[in-house]
Amino acid sequence: MDYISTLLVKNGLIVAFLVTGIVMYLSDWLSKKLTNNKLPGSAIAIFSGLVLAYIGGSITGGSKGIADIEQLSGFGLMGGAMFRDFAIVSTAMGASFAVIKKTGLAGITSLFVGVILSFLCGAAVAVGLGYNDAISITTIGAGACTFVVGPVTGAAVGASSDVVAISIAAGVIKSILVTIGTPFIAKYIGLNNPQAAMIYGGLMGTTSGTAAGLAATDPKLVPYGAMTATFYTGLGCLLCPSILFVLVKIFFA
Amino acid sequence: MIIKGVALLSGCFILGQLIGETLGRILYIDANVGGVGFAMILLIFSQNYLEKRGLFNPEMESGVMFWSKMYIPVIVAMSAIQNVKVALSSGMVALLAGIIPVAVCLATMPFISKLTKHNEEELKL
Repeated sequence: MDYISTLLVKNGLIVAFLVTGIVMYLSDWLSKKLTNNKLPGSAIAIFSGLVLAYIGGSITGGSKGIADIEQLSGFGLMGGAMFRDFAIVSTAMGASFAVIKKTGLAGITSLFVGVILSFLCGAAVAVGLGYNDAISITTIGAGACTFVVGPVTGAAVGASSDVVAISIAAGVIKSILVTIGTPFIAKYIGLNNPQAAMIYGGLMGTTSGTAAGLAATDPKLVPYGAMTATFYTGLGCLLCPSILFVLVKIFFA
Repeated sequence: MIIKGVALLSGCFILGQLIGETLGRILYIDANVGGVGFAMILLIFSQNYLEKRGLFNPEMESGVMFWSKMYIPVIVAMSAIQNVKVALSSGMVALLAGIIPVAVCLATMPFISKLTKHNEEELKL
């Protein structure tokens, strides 16, 4: 039996293609049979991915979800940053540059509002639950932006590792919430056109969450949302350890 | 040749990421600033450029389209490698700091959306 496992490990990426294909097939089938196509198959598939990640994390105690199971380690490559960004970029083909230009100002506004407001909310939660040092408050506030901004800021301001862990967790929760929630709130916030998708991407930021959430809502919106979201993490890494940290220090020396 | 499309996409990707990384260094932050966004803009421009010169054939397009259609499966795989276990078990601070900003930012969406409408009106005038 060992040689089967070795075979799977050796061909990790191909195994990931196969398993993802099966998950998506089953999700499509569930979408048709159980929800009469009301809940899109891709939304079920993405949610199933999160469940698999939970199972993987519970079995192995690792941090990379299902990819910590050796035979399924190919998921780490297939779902990693390289493939994700490559696939996101490819969706730009056919996207309208005119729309992007027209939404430019609103897109940039949404980025600043998204980063600063997320930071302030995260910081307020930290203060509300008993943190009173500027470093921890800033790091948790940064984690409320994305799970990259949190640790980058934490490292820059010298936060302890448990606070950094909380900031990563906050970012991951945000990403999961946006992934699952987007298809449900889309119709209430008018998220059905490229302009709205660009603003949404700028406000939410989390590239993975926004991209997955929009994919489950309407794949045509993905390039527009991803376009602004991709600047969010950079802007967060720029503002959080600098201006926003100084701002927090004024109130919590 | 399909590989021409894949190569075009790869070229835009690498160049875009390079711009993002360089921008990050210039700004002294340890992050890629908009690499994916720059790559997307490069792809849109190069597609337009090639189309105008009649060099963009359907087979080339299918080299890019393949990846565009692989997008959702890749996102499913990405969901499957998130640290969901820790996220769900790391307590109130992380939970609230993850949820509240999303709700608050959503509330501002109608106001920012108005900015685009103003833009359109200005364009008409």
